[in-house]
Amino acid sequence: MEAWIRARVTLALTLFALLFFVSRSSPPRQFVISNAERRIDLSSHIINVHLTLKVENTGTRPASEVVLALTPTEVDHLAMVDALAIKGKRKKTTSVRLEVKPTELPDAPPIDAKYFTIYLADPLNSGESTTLEVLYVFMHFLEPFPAEIAQSESQLVFYHDTALILSPYHIKQQTTFIKTPSTKVESFIRVEPTNRVGTEIKYGPYEDCPPYSISPIHVHFENNSPFAVVEELVQEIEISHWGNIQVTEHYTLVHAGARHKGVFSRVDYQSRQFSNGASSFRYLLARLPARVHSVYYRDEIGNISSSHLRTNSLKSELEIEPRYPLFGGWKATFVIGYGLPLQDFLFESSDDKRYLNFTFGCPLIGMVVDKLTIKVVLPEGSTDPSPVVPFPVEHRLEAKYSSLDVIGRTVVVLEKKNFVPMHNSHFQVYYTFNPIFMLAEPLMLASAFFMFFVACVAYIHIDLSIRK
Amino acid sequence: MSNSSTSDLLKPFKLKTKQQELLIRVSILCLVYILAFITRLFSVLRYESMIHEFDPYFNYRTTLYLTQHGFYDFWNWFDYESWYPLGRIVGGTLYPGLMVTAALIYRLLHFLRFAVHIREVCVLTAPFFASNTTLVAYFFGKEIWDSGAGLVAAILIAVCPGYISRSVAGSYDNEGVAIFALLFTFYLFVKAVNKGSLAWGLASAFGYFYMVSAWGGYVFIINLIPLYVLVLLITGRYSMRLYVAYNCMYILGMLLAMQIRFVGFQHVQSGEHMAAMGVFFLMQVFYFLDWVKHMLSDTKLFQEFLSITVTCAVAAGGIALGVGVASGYISPWTGRFYSLLDPTYAKDHIPIIASVSEHQPTAWSSFMFDFHILLFLFPAGLYFCFKRLSDATIFIVMYGLTSMYFAGVMVRLILVATPAVCLISAIAVSATVKNLTVLLRSKNKVAQIGSTKGTSSAKASSKASLDQSQPFQKNGAMALLFGAFYLLSRYATHCTWVTSEAYSSPSIVLAARGAHGNRVIFDDYREAYFWLRQNTPPDAKVMSWWDYGYQITAMGNRTVIVDNNTWNNTHIATVGRAMSSYEDEAYEIIRSLDVDYVLVVFGGVTGYSSDDINKFLWMVRIGGGVFPVIKEPDYLVNGEYRVDKGAAPKMLNCLMYKLSYYRFGEMMTEYGKPPGYDRARGVEIGNKDIKLEHLEEAFTTSNWIVRIYKVKPPNNRW
Repeated sequence: MEAWIRARVTLALTLFALLFFVSRSSPPRQFVISNAERRIDLSSHIINVHLTLKVENTGTRPASEVVLALTPTEVDHLAMVDALAIKGKRKKTTSVRLEVKPTELPDAPPIDAKYFTIYLADPLNSGESTTLEVLYVFMHFLEPFPAEIAQSESQLVFYHDTALILSPYHIKQQTTFIKTPSTKVESFIRVEPTNRVGTEIKYGPYEDCPPYSISPIHVHFENNSPFAVVEELVQEIEISHWGNIQVTEHYTLVHAGARHKGVFSRVDYQSRQFSNGASSFRYLLARLPARVHSVYYRDEIGNISSSHLRTNSLKSELEIEPRYPLFGGWKATFVIGYGLPLQDFLFESSDDKRYLNFTFGCPLIGMVVDKLTIKVVLPEGSTDPSPVVPFPVEHRLEAKYSSLDVIGRTVVVLEKKNFVPMHNSHFQVYYTFNPIFMLAEPLMLASAFFMFFVACVAYIHIDLSIRK
Repeated sequence: MSNSSTSDLLKPFKLKTKQQELLIRVSILCLVYILAFITRLFSVLRYESMIHEFDPYFNYRTTLYLTQHGFYDFWNWFDYESWYPLGRIVGGTLYPGLMVTAALIYRLLHFLRFAVHIREVCVLTAPFFASNTTLVAYFFGKEIWDSGAGLVAAILIAVCPGYISRSVAGSYDNEGVAIFALLFTFYLFVKAVNKGSLAWGLASAFGYFYMVSAWGGYVFIINLIPLYVLVLLITGRYSMRLYVAYNCMYILGMLLAMQIRFVGFQHVQSGEHMAAMGVFFLMQVFYFLDWVKHMLSDTKLFQEFLSITVTCAVAAGGIALGVGVASGYISPWTGRFYSLLDPTYAKDHIPIIASVSEHQPTAWSSFMFDFHILLFLFPAGLYFCFKRLSDATIFIVMYGLTSMYFAGVMVRLILVATPAVCLISAIAVSATVKNLTVLLRSKNKVAQIGSTKGTSSAKASSKASLDQSQPFQKNGAMALLFGAFYLLSRYATHCTWVTSEAYSSPSIVLAARGAHGNRVIFDDYREAYFWLRQNTPPDAKVMSWWDYGYQITAMGNRTVIVDNNTWNNTHIATVGRAMSSYEDEAYEIIRSLDVDYVLVVFGGVTGYSSDDINKFLWMVRIGGGVFPVIKEPDYLVNGEYRVDKGAAPKMLNCLMYKLSYYRFGEMMTEYGKPPGYDRARGVEIGNKDIKLEHLEEAFTTSNWIVRIYKVKPPNNRW
């Protein structure tokens, strides 16, 4: 009896699972991409891929999930993916941001691939079509070749891709444009029709490509843009309710391009700037908030004297120069710190909470950050911290003891890997704080001084000698 | 009525003269304390809060280690990063007083919840102890003369350039705390002698312990105090107070000093410490004689006994010393000690000591620079001391005279003489001013008394007598008083000027005036050290002249072959030999030392004169002292040191020349001069076509001050 029931339950579960899989695996086949255009920008070491897809629902049911496919290497270097739905016609277009999530597809595709699903705002009815714009940003994707160069050589890199867009859908027509930083292209693989004009290589148009069709290509070209990568950035934002926000940023900067080989000659570097160390860089620009004050720039062994600060009412720019020019593989660590007025960044929300509104990002312009850690140090005595960040981050709480702290300050730690400038956006940290805690430290100091004077008075007036 | 009630109310707030005096004294001391601190902050304002010079970098590095790893690890630290491949037992070869002090201050501040960085503590340690020294100077002055002299001494020492030169913010060196410890020990000892109290003797023993833990200059204390005791004995000032003070201080101080590993058993084994022991035994003989004299009432018998005992004691002492030295139990005096007593010794025998600029005999100008008016107040103070001889004044006179001699032998020992000079000058100033004011005030008093009580005729006569007898004296006193204040104000101006101009430069960062009067900063040292730190393998070995060793390990965090510790002359000579050989021979030495990078300092582009080319003859001398292959005349032309076309061929092709001037011949340094014009020496270099075979340029800083070369691996044999 019991065995029979168990068998029935098992059967029911199996059926259910099967049904589930069938229902899950059906959507991809519903769409056909009638036109795809891809523009790849290789001008810096951050690669932007703009993909414009015209998607048509050829299935019978309305569907709202469009699947994108990427190769595993691409996914490893993917910093962000963003999708917009274009509505309206001609000049009156509006775009709506759509949700994109990584997914798994159960039916084994002919090649290894990873997937992202775009969730359309309104389901696409049978026979309708819509235009989607997808932005991929890749980092560490250009491979320097040769991997080591001398001071006078310029940097050549490989870009690997496929001429046909990898997709689980049938693509009726597609074109790919690759923009290189200069006209110096050593070699590239042709997949006819292929055409190169100036700094642009055009692949296509290709007609009627079945799902999962690929055609590997590579481009070998000169790219002397600074491959400046921040391996780790720890940004500490310390809030003081006495009117100041102190920001301290610890950078580990590296030149991630082709490694420097052999001699570094100062004579050549000074006298022949253009032909020597073309891929190296000396200056970095940091864009800081307006009304910044007490800016400093230093490292473990002291102040670095080569920096300039330009401020106006809208923004401040800090031009910094590391101690030495950075060639491929060279590293530099440094710290930038500055103070900001509290009222520009701290606000009170309706439910009697306070919140900090600050930029999530790296102030250095055009910088890729492998690991970005933001630590928001709340004032002593604040409770219920809750961060609000527009994209997924890891977060945890810590405690920090700063000057005159007794119970320690709550620190909200936010961590993001593979950060690119396109991520720059505002985030908020909400917390509750009782202003009475502001008085704790002055009172402590005052009472310490009071005790000291009392002790002095007591010492003068009390006779401590043993002899009478 | 109302008047009286208000005065009643105010009565508790009215101060008695004594209280007023106390208030004034305390506030002057507080101001001096603050002044001594802030006058040393010029370097922080001009540059930044950073460690200066060479040795402080080692101290900073060890302090960092101490705070990070704790005391036991620090004590047992074997440093692989210096003296490669020998290494250095750091815990056993340093005076830990400074580091422990800084670490304790750091711990205390953190305990009190002040989140400061250890660097800030280290930078401000020296000014803080300078402030404390002013307090000690006050008490010392009070002990030997009066509180007025104490106050003047505190003010003089607070700004005296001789002391400021070693205690500006960032000058994190042993001397910073050691001068405080030295003066404190002396003060406690003099107090103990004056009081004859065990407690003060004990305190001075602990002061001595702190001094031993802080600086090698403690040898001065352990020789000066016995000398002082000996003088007291000879002048017939032996007393029970002296006996108690010296025995307590010597025995306990010696036992405590043995706890410092670097000092160990030197107090009983080294020749430099034997004087103290001899005087210790002599004290016992005196005590014994005193007792015998007390027991024997017969003077003649005592005289005979005295002569026998003294002869025996001296003979026994001499034999013991002879046996000790002969058997090797007592080590003979070290070269450094000899060079102190005889200024010419180092020049002939120990080039490594003579090569350091601060070990040179002092020039007259630097005495004037560091002491200013104290230089002629000092003899005046001596005069006052002799006029009022006591145990305490004898001590300060002896301290002043001996330290002045040493200050004449070595520039850096001006520092030791400074407290004595300040104290003795303070006595002169205080005594003079006091005498003059007493003169002025007494006359007023007489005049007042005359005017109040006498009849009109008496008044007139007294006035007349005053006018006739002392008009000139009064005006003279006024003039002298103004003269004294003028001199003292000149002294204050001079001290501030010297501090800001001469003693507040960190020497790591160089500053110059640009063409438009703007300030140009040469931060090349840190550029190079930071490059080493970031872009070389962590186990890379760097060879440079020993001056830069401490900085490379502290800032560059890389292993060095030799550093400023200079404990192994042969090792330094090997580096000197490599630098002064041809590249092929040097390469062999470099390979045998397992060197990866060679660092040289070169001032030809900026005109920075203390670079390696100017130090090169010392490398040759030190190298030649151990390896006779290196001969100084090979590098000279007719006894002249040149780098231009007329230079010696060996000079033009030695490693140091090649590394300094590699590709310098293509460089235009100054408008209107040929390429390869060396601005530090003002000549066009003699060898512009320099080819390097075994080394390659790895990094040169933006102003060429530091050049780093990478040693290539040997060529394949096939």
